[in-house]
Amino acid sequence: MITTELIVSNKAGIHARPANLIAKTAQKFDSKITLSNREIEANAKSIMGVITLGATKGTKLILKISGDDERLAEEEIRDIFEKKFFEEEND
Amino acid sequence: MPKFTLRDLLSLEETNSSYLRLSLIDKKTDLDREIKSPKINRPGLALSGFFDEYDKRAVQLFGQGERTYIIKLEEKGEYENIDKLFSFESCPACIFTDSYVPSKKLQEIAGKYSLPLLTTGFDSADFSRRMYSMLDEVFAKTISIHGVLVEVYGLGVLLLGESGIGKSETALSLIERGHRLVSDDIVRLKNIQDTILLGTGEVPEFQHNMEVRGIGIINIEHLFGAGAVKKRSMVQLVVHLEEWDNKKEYERLGSNKSEEIIGISIPSITIPIKPGRSIPILIETAARNQRLKYLGHDSSKEFEDGVMTWLRGKEEERK
Repeated sequence: MITTELIVSNKAGIHARPANLIAKTAQKFDSKITLSNREIEANAKSIMGVITLGATKGTKLILKISGDDERLAEEEIRDIFEKKFFEEEND
Repeated sequence: MPKFTLRDLLSLEETNSSYLRLSLIDKKTDLDREIKSPKINRPGLALSGFFDEYDKRAVQLFGQGERTYIIKLEEKGEYENIDKLFSFESCPACIFTDSYVPSKKLQEIAGKYSLPLLTTGFDSADFSRRMYSMLDEVFAKTISIHGVLVEVYGLGVLLLGESGIGKSETALSLIERGHRLVSDDIVRLKNIQDTILLGTGEVPEFQHNMEVRGIGIINIEHLFGAGAVKKRSMVQLVVHLEEWDNKKEYERLGSNKSEEIIGISIPSITIPIKPGRSIPILIETAARNQRLKYLGHDSSKEFEDGVMTWLRGKEEERK
C-alpha cells in the first residue's frame, strides 16, 4: 500500500481532459487506486469520480494505491501530474 | 466536515424553496459566521441577565416570549442584556419568529457587532422542528463512496463493485426500464439520526452525468427526461456486483443479511455476474422482494415454513 501526496500544477485544474488521462493511466493497473481531496475520495479509474474532486491549481491530493503493481502505478501517475497533464508544454 | 456558514444556510433556503421561510433583516451583515452547533437556543434567561450556561455558539431563536420581553425592556430603555447577547462573535445569528421585525434600535445594536438578524414566517414550534431537521442533515456523519445509487420501484438501491464490473451499465438499463438515477460513480451518504441512510451526489451539478465506456459522458436527465432522475434517496438495499466465482457459494434459499454503513444497518445481497444473467431484472426482483419484506412477507421464510408444514402433513399421512 502506497500513500503519497500529489499537487495539481496545471493552470486549469483537473477538468475533463486531465481526468480522462488520469483514469486511463490508472486503468492500466490492477491495483486499487484512489485519489482524495479532503473528505472526498474518488476511484482514480473513473473520470466522473476524478472530476468530482474539484481539484484546482495548487490542490493537494492524496494518492492511495494497493496491489501488486502499485510501484509502477505510482510512478506513472506522478509523472502525468508532474508533466501538468501535457497541457502546458511551452511553460 | 467543511464549514457551514449562514451564507450556506441561506443558499440552502434558495434550493429548498424557502423551507425555513427565512429572510435577512439587514443585508449588510456578516454572513460568513459559522454555524458550529446543531442546536438552537432560546435566549429568554439571557435576556433577563442570567448568562450562566448560556449557549453562545447556537443559533438564537426569539419566539413570542422573548419578543414580549424585549418590548418590555425597550419600553424601560434597558438595553444592557441585549447588547451583551448580541456581542458574542461565536453566535451565528438571531432569528425572530412570526415575521417579527425588531426595532431600529435593536437592529443598530446588532449592526454594531455585524450580527445577522433574521426573521421567519413560522412560529417557534414549526420553525424549531424544521430547523432541527435541517441541522441534523447538515451535521450528519457523512462519507463518500464509489458506487451508483438508483431508485428501483421507489426503493433506494446502492450498487457497489469493482471498477469496470458494469455498475453504470446496469444503472443505465434500469433507467431505460423506468427507474431513476440518483448518482453515478460517487455517492455521498449521510447518517440521519442513526435511522436513515440518505444518499445524494457529491456535486449536484454533475450527479446525473454518467461515463459509459465506448460512448463517453452522457447526461441522463437530458437523454431520458426529468422522470429518470432524482436528487436524493434513502438507501434501503445494498447490491454487491461481482465476477462469478465458481469456488464461492452464493445465496440460494434467501437470507436476511445486512451490512453497516456509517452506523446504519442496511439489507444487502451479492449478485454474481455471468454472461446470460440479466442483472437489471435480478435487481428489480431483489427490490420487489425487499419491498415485500417491508410489507411483512418474507418469501424465502414463508417457503421454508410451507415446506415444513407440508412435510409434517406427509408424516401424519404415513402414520
